[in-house]
Parts: sequence; C-alpha cells; structure tokens
Amino acid sequence: MSPDFLKLIFGRLTFESLPLHEPIVVGTFVVVALGGAALLGGLTYFRLWGYLWREWFTTVDHKRIGIMYMILGIVMLLRGFADALMMRGQQMLAFGGSEGYLNAHHYDQVFTAHGVIMIFFVAMPLVTGLMNYVVPLQIGARDVSFPFLNNFSFWMTVGGAVLVMASLFIGEFARTGWLAYPPLSNIGYSPDVGVDYYIWALQVAGVGTTLSGINLICTIVKLRCPGMTMMKMPVFTWTSLCTNVLIVASFPVLTVVLALLSLDRYVGTNFFTNDFGGSPMMYVNLIWIWGHPEVYILVLPAFGIFSEVTSTFSGKRLFGYTSMVYATVVITILSYLVWLHHFFTMGSGASVNSFFGITTMIISIPTGAKMFNWLFTMYRGRIRYELPMMWTIAFMLTFVIGGMTGVLLAVPPADFVLHNSLFLIAHFHNVIIGGVVFGAFAGINYWFPKAFGFKLDPFWGKMSFWFWVTGFYLAFMPLYVLGLMGVTRRLRVFDDPSLQIWFVIAAIGALFIFIGILSMLMQFAVSLLKREQLKDVTGDPWDARTLEWATSSPPPDYNFAFTPVVHDNDAWWDMKKRGYQRPLTGFKPIHMPSSTGTGIILAGFATAMGFGLIWYMWWLAAASFIAMLAVGIGHTFNYHRDFDIPAEDIIRTEDARTKLLAGAK
Amino acid sequence: MNTDTHAAHADHDHHGDGHAHGTFSTYLLGFVLSVVLTAIPFWLVMSGALPSKQITALVIMAFAVVQIVVHMIYFLHMNTTSENGWSMMALIFTIVMVVIALSGSLWVMSHLNSNMMPMHQMPGMN
Amino acid sequence: MTVAVNPSQTGEPLFYLADEHPHPEGWSTALGFWIYLMSDCLIFAILFATYGVLGGNYAAGPAPKDLFDLNLVAVNTSMLLLSSITYGFAMLTMQQNKIGQTQMWLAITGLFGAAFIGIELTEFAHMIHEGATPQRSAFLSAFFTLVGTHGLHVSCGLIWLVTLMVQVQRFGLIEANRRRLMCLSMFWHFLDVVWIGVFTFVYLLGVLR
Repeated sequence: MSPDFLKLIFGRLTFESLPLHEPIVVGTFVVVALGGAALLGGLTYFRLWGYLWREWFTTVDHKRIGIMYMILGIVMLLRGFADALMMRGQQMLAFGGSEGYLNAHHYDQVFTAHGVIMIFFVAMPLVTGLMNYVVPLQIGARDVSFPFLNNFSFWMTVGGAVLVMASLFIGEFARTGWLAYPPLSNIGYSPDVGVDYYIWALQVAGVGTTLSGINLICTIVKLRCPGMTMMKMPVFTWTSLCTNVLIVASFPVLTVVLALLSLDRYVGTNFFTNDFGGSPMMYVNLIWIWGHPEVYILVLPAFGIFSEVTSTFSGKRLFGYTSMVYATVVITILSYLVWLHHFFTMGSGASVNSFFGITTMIISIPTGAKMFNWLFTMYRGRIRYELPMMWTIAFMLTFVIGGMTGVLLAVPPADFVLHNSLFLIAHFHNVIIGGVVFGAFAGINYWFPKAFGFKLDPFWGKMSFWFWVTGFYLAFMPLYVLGLMGVTRRLRVFDDPSLQIWFVIAAIGALFIFIGILSMLMQFAVSLLKREQLKDVTGDPWDARTLEWATSSPPPDYNFAFTPVVHDNDAWWDMKKRGYQRPLTGFKPIHMPSSTGTGIILAGFATAMGFGLIWYMWWLAAASFIAMLAVGIGHTFNYHRDFDIPAEDIIRTEDARTKLLAGAK
Repeated sequence: MNTDTHAAHADHDHHGDGHAHGTFSTYLLGFVLSVVLTAIPFWLVMSGALPSKQITALVIMAFAVVQIVVHMIYFLHMNTTSENGWSMMALIFTIVMVVIALSGSLWVMSHLNSNMMPMHQMPGMN
Repeated sequence: MTVAVNPSQTGEPLFYLADEHPHPEGWSTALGFWIYLMSDCLIFAILFATYGVLGGNYAAGPAPKDLFDLNLVAVNTSMLLLSSITYGFAMLTMQQNKIGQTQMWLAITGLFGAAFIGIELTEFAHMIHEGATPQRSAFLSAFFTLVGTHGLHVSCGLIWLVTLMVQVQRFGLIEANRRRLMCLSMFWHFLDVVWIGVFTFVYLLGVLR
C-alpha cells in the first residue's frame, strides 16, 4: 500500500505514534488491557450487556444517570491519582544529579493530564452526578426537564474522558500544563497530537456540561413541587442552581477559547500567535474568564452538601438560611469579577491589579459568612459524628486554611513573589481537596443509602477518612513551605538537596491518600457484601430534613407516587413533625419519559469525530459529523418519547414498601 | 430574587407557554422601526454627514442599542411576565456577563498593551 | 389546576396532590431554549471581545477601510431583516392554523436566509481572492471568525428550517411542531440581534476607523 493511501486513511497515526518505547506506559497498557478484557469477558459471560444497555446506557432516569456520573468520576479519580503518585515519586527522587524515573516528555504529559482529569473528569462528574441524583428528588420532581438531553450530556462527558484515556496509549497528551497556554500550545511549539487531544476532549465534554447546566436550571425553575417557593428550596438545590447558572454562563467562553486555539492550530489564523498581531495573553485573559467561575462551579455544590449534612447531623434547622442563599448568589456574581488574579504578573499595571485584588478579597466575605452559618448550626446541636459529618468538619478546618492562603495570594505584591510557586499549588489543592473532594465524599456517604438502600460501612469509611485527611496535610503543607522558599511548579529535577526532605514528606502524604482511596474502594466492596446488615428500609436512615428522604431507598422510577406539597424549608422534617401519613391508596398511572439510545450513539459519533480531527483522519471526522447530523435530525422525527407507568405497577411497588415499613417497626 | 411570593406552579394554566405573541401590526411596526434604525447609521457612515468620527461612532452605537431593544420587544416578544420573569432575569444576567467580559477584556488588554509595549509611547521611537 | 398550599378546609395540612396533572409536554422548552440562546449570546460576546482587542492589529495588512463594501453589507442586512419579518408572518399564520401559508412564509424566510449566506460567502471569497485571508493578520482572523460564526448559525438555522418544514408537512401543525417553530423563531430573531452588533461594530465602526 502506498504511503499516500495510508495517510489518507490513518492521517498522521502511524506505528511510531504508539508509545512502545515508554516501559511505564506499556506496563500500564498491559494491566489495563488485561483488566478491561476481564471486565468485558465477565460482562459477556454473565450476559449483562443487554441489561446494561436497556437499564443503564439508554436510561433517561436522572437517578441512574447520576450514579453513572459518580462511577465515571471515581474511575477517573484512580487515573488522575496515579498521575499524582508518579509526580510525587519523581520529585522525591530527582535530587543530587538523579534524573528520577520519568523523562521530561513523559513527566510533562503527566502533570497536564493530572490537572485536566482531576478538574474535568473527576470533580465535574462527581459534582454533576450528585446534582443530577439529588436535585429532582429534593424539589419533589419525577425527572429533570429534558431527560433525553441528560443522557446525551452524560455520554458526551464520557466521550471526553475516552479521548483523554486514549491519548495515554495512542499518541500522547498535551505537555503544556492544564490550561494549554499559547504560544507553547500553538502548532509551532506543540506540533504533535497532544494539544489536539486536549482541545477535543474538552470540547466534547464541554458540550455535555453546558447542556446539563441548562437542563438543571430548567428543572429547578420549572419543576419544583407545589408550595416550594424559591426561599423554601433546600440549600443544596440553591447552590446547584447557582452552579448551573455559572456553567451556562462560563462554559461558552471555554468553548470559544478552545475553538480559537484550534483555528490557530488547524487553519493557521493568528489569534494567539506571536506574529501578525496575535496576542497569546488574550488567551490567558479569556480562559480565566471561564476558569475562575469554574472553581465556584465545583465548590458551590460542595457548600450545599455541607449545609445539608450540618443541619441533618446537628438535628437543627440550618442557621441563617436566607444569608446562606444570598451569600451563594453574591458569590455567583462576584466570581465573574476576579479572573485577573490568576495573572497579576502579566503586567496590566497597578490600577487593574488593584481592582481585581480587591474584588478577590471581597469574595471571601460571603464565603466566610457561610462558615459562620455552619458553626452556628452546630452550636448547641446534638451532633452525630457519622461519616458525612466527619468529612464536613475536616472540610471546615481545611478549607479555612486554604481560604486564608487564597486571600494572601489576592494581594498583588505577594502574588508577584508566589505566582506559579508550589505555594499556589498547595493553596488550590487545599481548597479543591478540602472543599470539593471532601464535599463529594460527604455527599457520597450521605446519599449512598438513598441510592442503594443500605449504608456504607463505617469502619472502612473511617479508615478512608483518616488516611485522606492526614495524607492531605502531609502532602500539601510541605508544598507551602517549598513555595515560600521559592520552588516553582512543574519542575522535574532539583539541584538544592536541602529541599528533598520536604518532597519526601509530600510523597509519604500521597501514599497516605492512596491508602485512603483504597480504603474507600474497600468500603464500597465491604458494604456491598454486608448490605443485609447495613440495610435501611425506612428511606430515612439519618433522620434527615429534606424531601429526598420522604421516598423509599432506592426511590422508585417515578420518585414519588404522589407529588408532594411543601409547607416549610425543611419539608420532610415538617412532614414528620406534623404526623404525615404515607398515602396507601388512590394511585394513578404516572407519565414518564422513555429510554433512548440516541444519546450514546450521538456521543459516540462526536467522540469519533474528535478522534478523526486529532489524527487528521478527515474522512472519519466528516463521516462522523454527517452521521451525527443524520441521527440528530432523525431523532426529532420521533414524537413519542413518553409512556405511562400503569397504576398496577405503582400499587405493586408501593405495597411492597408498605410491607417493608411494617416489618421495620 | 423576586419569586418567593408566588407558588411554583401557580401558572399551570398557561400551558407552559407564557409567551406573548405578536400581531400583524406589532411585527410591521417592529420591522419599520428596524429599517429606519438600520438605514440611518448606514447613511451617517456612508455620507459622513456628522462632522466628527467620534460623534458618528457614538450615534451609531446608540442606534444599535435602540434597535436591539426594538428587536427584543417586537420580534422576541420580551416582557417582564413571560416565564414568571425568568426570561427577563436570564437576559439581564446575560447582559451583565456580556458587559463584564467585553469591557473587562478591553480594559485589561489595553492596560497590558500600554504597559508592556512602551515603544509606542516613547517619543522618537515611532 | 389550583394548588392548595394552605391547610385544607378540615384544617389538616395537605402533603401531597391526590389528583395531579402532569406538566404539559414541552413545559420547560421555551425557558430552556431561551437559556441556551443566552449561552450562545456569550459565545458571540467573547468573539466580539476578541475582535475588540485584536481588531486593530492589521500587521501591515489590509484594514477595514480597504476591504468592506458597505453597499453589500446594507443589502445583506436587509436580507436578514426581511427574513425576520417573514418569519414573523409564518408565526402569525401558524397561530391561525393555516398550514399552506405558514409553509410559504417559512420558504420565503429560508430563501432570504440563503441569500444572506450567499452574499456573505461572495464577500468572503472576494476578500480571500484579494489576499485578505484569515491567516493574514489578527484583525482578519477575528473578523472571519466572528462573522463566520454568525453565518454558521444562520446555516444551522436553515437546516433546521428545512427539517421543520418537512415535519410540518408530514405531521401538520401539531403542538410539538408549533413549539419547535417557536424555538426556531427565537433562534432566528436572536441571530438578527447579533447581526445588529456585527454590522455596527465590525462594519460601520470599522469603516469609520
């Protein structure tokens, strides 16, 4: 076959593109391939494909989609954390003339992939998953506003994750850092596929994120149950609303910035080049207009989780509900006015830097107000130190430290010293792990019994908790010290041997976190085995306060047999207090959306298109695009997207629950 | 947030529509207004009727703003009541974001240029 | 449906709806589509910001004065304006349930839209022919991307319009199709609003500069 023909088919993908010369990658591939083969074989052997396709892949049920988001987040956490361990190992070893074990080419990919994966494919899916699962239940709805779109959004997120994972074994990932600043990310300095993988992974996933944002806003605005006014919404729903507003208002910015970067790379335009009037700093400016709201997108839902957990486990109404809501709204608006603090050193001058420094300090005020609200909620409460509450307390201690170092960085002169140092790395891991990750774990431990009908095992949960928390402090406090001593980020080798001890401590911390993660997996496994002992038939294992606990665990497909009516902020608490009796008769058919495979098919084509564009396989990109268009338009010709759950099915489900409840007493 | 006073489902009977529809006369009025509001700026620029470029620029920008409002009212049927005011709120929020992103970028980048490319300011360097 | 949020006549608080009606189909569509348009609006805002920042960087290449033909832009603007009013007529006839007239006005709208795209492509081709390619300077990169993105949106609108015409033909002016026509109407008028920004800030101010 002629080379031209091969090029037409495979673009720039050749045998040399496969990283066969990297023993670490090859080893990983072997392990992943064996594990994957075992998984696929198992699924085939137990004939689970049909079940998975019918009940999960094509489902439009927000609860199942939420669970799939969580699984995606946890799987990607393992990948992202493997990168973290590799970095810690490299930095611990590469002293005194040692080059460590990662070459520069590989190491640069590792730190880029770590950042991208942790933000886009761990934190985002975990947060979106929790919102997807909990919000419709909390507002007494049967599903989200656009169930099909929800399924499509999820699969687009998966598509992005697939592209990132593919880059590990086919070609390479970007070596630019997680935001791919030009001119480094321009075609002249990054001619390989790495940055293209980055661009298309984020574009594919970004479409999903934006659509899911629109979906959840509509759900909260239009599908609240009767009586639930805006100021009677649970705080988690409020923070979700604000987060999704942020998503819809900021992800388009990312889409445009990446599109302009890809035009620079593919077409040869001059947006972010050094020549012909382009301005690389414009990229930095634009991407942080997305980037700063993004951190609030991640942390606001976590704040909501902590609010729910604190009031539930203190047995008290949340202190200062109104101030909490207003603080959230103020953060939402202010988060658009601080983006420049990510590049004070760019050189915009004193007036610009002062403005953004001051807005940054102002945004810490509503956040601080929230902290006091949680403390006052706990004050004189009967606090039950269950796992969600433990994560919440760890969050409160940790996040305050992270917040304070953040205010420190908000002072432009201080930032000139600390910019791009390990101090910054310590700061943002302090807020993201302490805020978002601890929040997601609090949420997982809190809502797991709702989703599966049994609690998570407390022993392994506590193991995980203590290893994570001590591991976090061991891993990141040394980075503050190193940052103050002037060590910059993304270094592969070091000269000064006196620094090594700090990196050793940090690596030990990373190992602690690793044990924490393993304990968490153990916690899932043990809980599954002990599910009969950990079982909860009441649907309300924590004596909680909001509507999601009013239905059974796991909730039926239709969530609520009758749409609830709400009279109070803590609706379920109010119902329990006033002697609510569960309705046992009068069930009627319920109108529900039907499953569809269109979402996964569309997302599959989108991923294929991304792959084609990355490797310059133009035929694949074009064919996938046309296929996407055809499937998309074809889908609009299907006018029958709903069905009725017959009343008999509902009676059967509800009677089964009545029996269970009677048995529990 | 102005919505705490009404129950979430109070507008059930609107069939989820809540959108004002135009009539023949409102569409026609909107069209005539937009034609006028388009024609004048084009004429101003093409004929150079106004003495200074700055004044022309300000005037045509004012016309653009007015025409956008006209389109919003007569073609997109914006009002404060559709979707219980959520459409209007989304619009206002978006306008705030657009203003922040546009003016912020221009401000930041112009300061950057004036600080980091001092050659332009130095006499004798041009 | 009236909702008894307060305790019912017997004084017992009501905790669920015994007799509920599901939300009508498409209950959230108008709001959802509006929010999508708002996010699209931000896409254009960022493109405008890029044009605003880079639009003066000609890199010793052609400037707006050398390139823009305001007569052509005026014709193009009128195409879009006319298509807006004809879409309005399509919506009015749709409300009167006149399928034939609705289809006719939709077709006319589509023709104006196609004319708009045609004129824009001619303009682009002319510029590229003169060496004013997107690669020539940051100004031209930003110009082609901003105006091109608008054109791309109009093209998507055209594909959507044709799809809807087929669906109206096959299934009639049923509720779902009316809702879709309303969404496309919002999309179409929204593109018109964006075009006001384009002709003012790019073309008119560009020629003034």
